[in-house]
Amino acid sequence: MSQWEVVIGLETHAQLRTQSKIFSGAATAFGAEPNRQACAVDIALPGVLPVLNREAVVCAIKLGLAVNASIAPRSVFARKNYFYPDLPKGYQISQFEIPVVSGGSLTIRVGETEKTVRLTRAHLEEDAGKSLHEDFHGKTGIDLNRAGTPLLEIVTEPDMRSSLEAVAYAKALHSLVTWIGICDGNMQEGSFRCDANVSVRRPGAPLGTRREIKNLNSFRFLQQAIDFEIQWQINEIEEGRAIQQATVLFDPDTGETRAMRSKEDAHDYRYFPDPDLLPLEITPAWIEEVKRGLPELPQAMQARFVSDYGLSGYDAATLTATRDMAKYFEDCIVAAGRENAKTCANWVMGELAARMNRDSMEIAAVPLAPTLLAGIVRRIADGTLSNKLAREVFEALWAGEGKDADAVIEARGLKQISDSGAIEALIDEVLAANPKSVEEFRAGKEKAFNALVGQVMKATRGKANPQQVNDRLRQKLAGG
Amino acid sequence: MINASLKELSAALAQKKASAVELATLFLERIEKLNPTLNAFVTVDREKTLTMAREADASGKVGASDTPLSGIPLAHKDIFCTEGWRTTCGSKMLSNFVSPYDATVVEKFKAAGMVTLGKLNMDEFAMGSSNETSFFGPVKNPWDTSRVPGGSSGGSAAAVAARLAPAATGTDTGGSIRQPAALCGLTGLKPTYGLVSRYGMIAFASSLDQGGPMAKSAEDCSLLLNAMAGFDPRDSTSLERPTEDYARDLDKPLQGLRIGLPKEFFGEGMDADVRAAVEAALAEYRKLGAATVEVNLPNSGLSVPAYYVIAPAEASSNLSRFDGVRYGHRAADYADLTDMYSKSRAQGFGDEVKRRILIGTYVLSHGYYDAYYLQAQKVRRLIANDFAEAFKSCDVIMGPATPSVAFKFGEKSADPVQMYLSDIYTIAVNLAGLPGMSIPCGFGAGDMPVGLQLIGPWFAEAKMLNVAHRYQRATDWHLRMPAGL
Repeated sequence: MSQWEVVIGLETHAQLRTQSKIFSGAATAFGAEPNRQACAVDIALPGVLPVLNREAVVCAIKLGLAVNASIAPRSVFARKNYFYPDLPKGYQISQFEIPVVSGGSLTIRVGETEKTVRLTRAHLEEDAGKSLHEDFHGKTGIDLNRAGTPLLEIVTEPDMRSSLEAVAYAKALHSLVTWIGICDGNMQEGSFRCDANVSVRRPGAPLGTRREIKNLNSFRFLQQAIDFEIQWQINEIEEGRAIQQATVLFDPDTGETRAMRSKEDAHDYRYFPDPDLLPLEITPAWIEEVKRGLPELPQAMQARFVSDYGLSGYDAATLTATRDMAKYFEDCIVAAGRENAKTCANWVMGELAARMNRDSMEIAAVPLAPTLLAGIVRRIADGTLSNKLAREVFEALWAGEGKDADAVIEARGLKQISDSGAIEALIDEVLAANPKSVEEFRAGKEKAFNALVGQVMKATRGKANPQQVNDRLRQKLAGG
Repeated sequence: MINASLKELSAALAQKKASAVELATLFLERIEKLNPTLNAFVTVDREKTLTMAREADASGKVGASDTPLSGIPLAHKDIFCTEGWRTTCGSKMLSNFVSPYDATVVEKFKAAGMVTLGKLNMDEFAMGSSNETSFFGPVKNPWDTSRVPGGSSGGSAAAVAARLAPAATGTDTGGSIRQPAALCGLTGLKPTYGLVSRYGMIAFASSLDQGGPMAKSAEDCSLLLNAMAGFDPRDSTSLERPTEDYARDLDKPLQGLRIGLPKEFFGEGMDADVRAAVEAALAEYRKLGAATVEVNLPNSGLSVPAYYVIAPAEASSNLSRFDGVRYGHRAADYADLTDMYSKSRAQGFGDEVKRRILIGTYVLSHGYYDAYYLQAQKVRRLIANDFAEAFKSCDVIMGPATPSVAFKFGEKSADPVQMYLSDIYTIAVNLAGLPGMSIPCGFGAGDMPVGLQLIGPWFAEAKMLNVAHRYQRATDWHLRMPAGL
């Protein structure tokens, strides 16, 4: 592998979260009966005309702002002409020469390494309908509910060098589009799907011929498809065959890619500006208005977490994986106090994440409000709870027991014993009852010390402050 | 009554001299009698029409001053979608298509209380200048049935000329209102691009298509335009402007009017009889107080070639939706998807439509786009600039609407280029998006009508209607009617 360099560029179709379609008033909701969400415009009756949905433009502006791209003051909708039964007009309205968004970049992270992926462009277009080949006895059914659904096609430069980087980019983009609320990110329903352009070359050589893998709708398929494709291309070249430019499909069942059409039978789409639509004009005032409505972006928030809360870059990135996660974390800090930010972070990324994972739960559905988690954190900070007890409180609150951490501590009698007099007395009792361990410790066996700590903790049923027990025991044994 | 103006019809309704049902019946009977000869209508539905007429009579709005069109019959070019009526666009492709919705224009006339008389024949998908390309057979010119009525709104022109309808809608992409109006002796107006909604008007060339009225007089056209024009949020190219009363200036004197005469319109190519009628009309205008000045439209010679790149390019894409998948003609037998497409379209479209789809596909193809389409768009700008320059020294431009009077059937249909040249004076107006009119100004060879073309700056409709109306007050060409009908 090391003698080959992999070059990947991604084109992502993000379905925009608008109420209605990009050029008609029909609803965009998923899952309706076939053709019930297709109006006269969507089915391309004679005489109908498209009217641009300004909400879709707002989505494009938001993305442009979020990736530091330039937003065209004037972009043009073009017709991409081809015949297909689920393309009712015989052309798709898209943007060709002048897209709404140009340039920009996205920072990705693979392990501890950060990398910038440059974006080429993002343009608005309409989705096609669906051809249904099953259930029609050798015929094809057409469902035009999806026809006219607004899409933003986001195209990168060929900046990725491995399937891992491609997946990291796709995840970062997925996180960003859901963060800014322009896409629901539902990959199973096709709301976020990727095409991967893959080629290989000897390091330093010009770009190899690429093949485009179409329509990958999960991160796992994205990775599998790219990995298979890379190996296939290397094998081809090593066996002396040149790569032909082609469009390929990934079969998740076999894990293989296979060619759909080659460059020779590529369409001539005969793009030309759509005379039914005026050029899209975006004023600086409109951009400003959209900017005011934009939430704090993940990059900015990560930087703030590092500087304000002293978190590592990795933790900051983890906590800003989704906007809900970040909000939960910050709500927790508000209630727990900024000085406990690190503990909040540990609990959100640790216990909470693990529990969510076990229950396959999104953070929005978590039964434990951030203020409740903050309550636990505060009791850890003031020494009331050990980590072990805190976990017990967490489980109880998760299960809906008690109105807050203090109520659970009270009801279960979980209060950590920090009263030094009480601990002192217990230590004395344990020392008296275990002369052998004392002997061994004095003979240099550190293990014996741990046994004594264990005895003290056992005697308090885990409620003693372990640090305090440790310190006092050592002092006693040292003759204090 | 069949010769009455819209105002007179409205007055008759107001004075209860006639009801909407009686008016509708009168015209339906004429259609029944004369349409078999003229072939102007492709769809007539007596019951639907009479139902609308009864509703108009019951509405209490008939003859009212604020609803001057209520109860008056009107026929639509079959390019406008009409809910519940077959809408064919003159094509086999849509010969069985019944529209589930109304075009904005149709909706507006319904709201004005007008009664739909039927759907009018036209060149297939508005591609033609003689009505010979219609799947439903050619329309005959009521002045001489061996001659064409012009096109593509030939059915509209013949119907109004033969008094089968008091007025009609038309559409004009390269002259399709003005040329048939001229050849049938009518007043036809193509408004400024964007003034009349294109929603529900089956697209031929989106950047050129514009609907407009065809009637007996400028006054009638002004009333019809009042009902037709206006911003439509369903058409992105429709213009948001304050509403106007296009009849407000009809009677203004023409003293001081500056008429521009483009020398390019008065050179070779115009028949002597047409020239004589146009010159006589200009003399009449001078008598009315207007002055004529020579203007230049140096790029007008490029308008036909530019048009025959842009219009087919847009048409080739606009007509892609007629694929046999969802509605319209589908071949009975086919082997696979591609075969279904080719057979359905080969059978559903006529030769002229296919010719333009081929031209359009070619000029948009990779490697040819810059040389043809982009170049044509540049020419288009030059043509618009020429007009802007000309309007610095005149208020309205005049010239012939067509180079000759109505020609005989078959005379030009074998040679597309000859046919295309019959729109030589009208096409530049569409390329520039300007308003244009044709008004009757005399008779030429074979006693066939001659049309005078008026061209105005953008949104000068009220002015143009005034200029036309004052002429029609002084002359009676527009009141002449074909003999024997």
